[in-house]
Amino acid sequence: MNLFTAINEGMRTAMQTDPTAITFGEDVAFGGVFRCSVGLREEFGADRVFNTPLCEQGIAGFGIGYAAMGGTAIAEIQFADYIFPAFDQLVNEAAKFRYRSGNQWNCGGLTVRTPCGAVGHGGHYHSQSPEAYFTHTPGLKVVMPRGPVDAKGLLLASIRSPDPVIFMEPKVLYRAAVEDVPDEDYEIELGKGEIMRQGTDVTVVGWGGQLRVLEKACDLAEQNGISCELIDLKTLAPWDVEIVTESVMKTGKLVVSHEAPLTGGFAAEISSTIQEECFLSLEAPVQRVCGADTPFPLVFEKYYVPDDLKNFEAIKKVMNY
Amino acid sequence: MATFDLEGTFKTHNLDTAPPTSTEATEEELLDYFKTMYTMRRMEITCDNEYKSRAIRGFCHLYDGQEAIATGINDAFTQEDSWITSYRCHCVALIRGGSVEKVLAELFGLQNGYTKGKGGSMHFYNKEHNFYGGQGIVGAQVPVGVGLAFANKYKTPEGEHMPVALSAYGDGAANQGQIWEAANMAALWKLPAIFCCENNSYGMGTSVERHTSNPDGDYYKMGNAIPGVKIDGMNVLSVREGMKFVKEYCASGNGPIYVEMNTYRYHGHSMSDPGTTYRSRDEIAATRSARDPIEFVKKCLIENNMKDEAELKEIEKSIRKEVQAAAKKAKSSPIPPMEELYNYVYAEDGTKEKAEKQKFIRMPQYKNSVQNA
Repeated sequence: MNLFTAINEGMRTAMQTDPTAITFGEDVAFGGVFRCSVGLREEFGADRVFNTPLCEQGIAGFGIGYAAMGGTAIAEIQFADYIFPAFDQLVNEAAKFRYRSGNQWNCGGLTVRTPCGAVGHGGHYHSQSPEAYFTHTPGLKVVMPRGPVDAKGLLLASIRSPDPVIFMEPKVLYRAAVEDVPDEDYEIELGKGEIMRQGTDVTVVGWGGQLRVLEKACDLAEQNGISCELIDLKTLAPWDVEIVTESVMKTGKLVVSHEAPLTGGFAAEISSTIQEECFLSLEAPVQRVCGADTPFPLVFEKYYVPDDLKNFEAIKKVMNY
Repeated sequence: MATFDLEGTFKTHNLDTAPPTSTEATEEELLDYFKTMYTMRRMEITCDNEYKSRAIRGFCHLYDGQEAIATGINDAFTQEDSWITSYRCHCVALIRGGSVEKVLAELFGLQNGYTKGKGGSMHFYNKEHNFYGGQGIVGAQVPVGVGLAFANKYKTPEGEHMPVALSAYGDGAANQGQIWEAANMAALWKLPAIFCCENNSYGMGTSVERHTSNPDGDYYKMGNAIPGVKIDGMNVLSVREGMKFVKEYCASGNGPIYVEMNTYRYHGHSMSDPGTTYRSRDEIAATRSARDPIEFVKKCLIENNMKDEAELKEIEKSIRKEVQAAAKKAKSSPIPPMEELYNYVYAEDGTKEKAEKQKFIRMPQYKNSVQNA
């Protein structure tokens, strides 16, 4: 099963088990541009699966209102690049509803799904990874799966989470990633990372689609006799501080990689925390291997993205420090 | 019981029917409106004074002048109807199950306030009374209100009367793009949504002639194809009857409606605005003497021999005392404990009486800081 089918399965399970669950967004009734909602309208009816006008701010506000009344709202923003018109609704209305109402109201039933990341030819407005904007907002949870099995389990946990969740789907994996996904209803706990491969020399941290790149970088390192411990964070807010600190205490070296631009990216947060928590264990400066501090360039995408070679270089650098 | 003429207090847009041209009201009803509105007025004046004496800090937007709107709407509504409004929300909180003491305690930043002092002026909510609060961001409550309307429709069996969802906003907010987004969705899906513009003539310091391209500033027509009603927002009976009409229209499945309440705010936009730089003192005084919503109710009571001037004066005196006492009581509330800072950022474990701070809410470690070492 590929990633978009796993997302589809996740939404189907959520809607079968929760009669208040609805899904809506631009063209979702026809299956959505990435086919994630295909067949849902036929199964659950046009009252529960419907198209919205092209208005992201309205979509987000609408979802918050529905969730505030106890409903489960699964909203789709067609591309993460289009989430910015909804930024105010998500940051000011959704994230703070519980806090500002003294726990009288909340919109925990809201999950905003949105495809993110580079895909080879997306250019400025179909390639961005805006996760760090949302991790800077207490009250929101931010999740990004690395493959189909995680996607279904994390999506179900997000939809059922009592807090609003921004669920980012690496669009490069929609068709490319194939795994055996269990048929049953299962959840993967939010806020918990996973050690994908154990190692002793360097800790390498990433999330979402970037993990495929990091696996390749780790392979290159292994061929050169460097043992890497690769960690998938899965949830960025709240992120699993413990799993990373424990690993760095062991390896003494850390490389963090994401596609979003370097400055102010989520790697900065990880780097800073590790510096605070593991100062005496660190044997080399923490390396951030990230996108360039430029808009996302169509023709230069290959140079812009933090590929396996750049990550391999960073791994070598911390080894030789 | 007396009959009151409402001729000329409504205008309609795209509608075949209209609110009634007259209504009846009992002494009890009118007296109730008078007491409610006078309490609101005194509460807002108390806020103004307390702000000036620095007991209230931060932001503070007052509703005096607009009291008939919240009062009339509430009378046309039931508790099942949803209500969401802007930052000018003290009096809506009061009428949706609140108390002067609780409103003021929030403004003072104290434990007994609506959200234990964490919100202040713009942040009152009441779950039991379906009040979804004040919102600090201009216009942001309106798309949320459309979500509330959808939930009301989704929950109601087909063909039955639906509870309505009212999103209130000012004439300044009426120019926010998201209101159009929300209205379009509401019309598309025939939601029981009321878009209620409380037009007090000024979007902060910009008068209505300067902030809309709409002829005569007629915000009730701004839904274009969506019908609209303009209501005299200084006449509580017009508001009541107009909103009964509007509620019936929406609840029975006709889709959304635009409402414009013609009103006036006596105070400036906020406490940093004296309210006199962009309008004349004469204009404010003229409104007070010709259109004041509380004077209107008093006139109704006196002209129909329900109460005389002296009796109303007595009532005013006792309300002033009540508000004073409430303010004093509000001030005696304890300061919220420090752990309130991180409560309710995320869902808590409902089994514990006092929630512990979740591990992932990280705080600066002041104890370890260089300054304290």
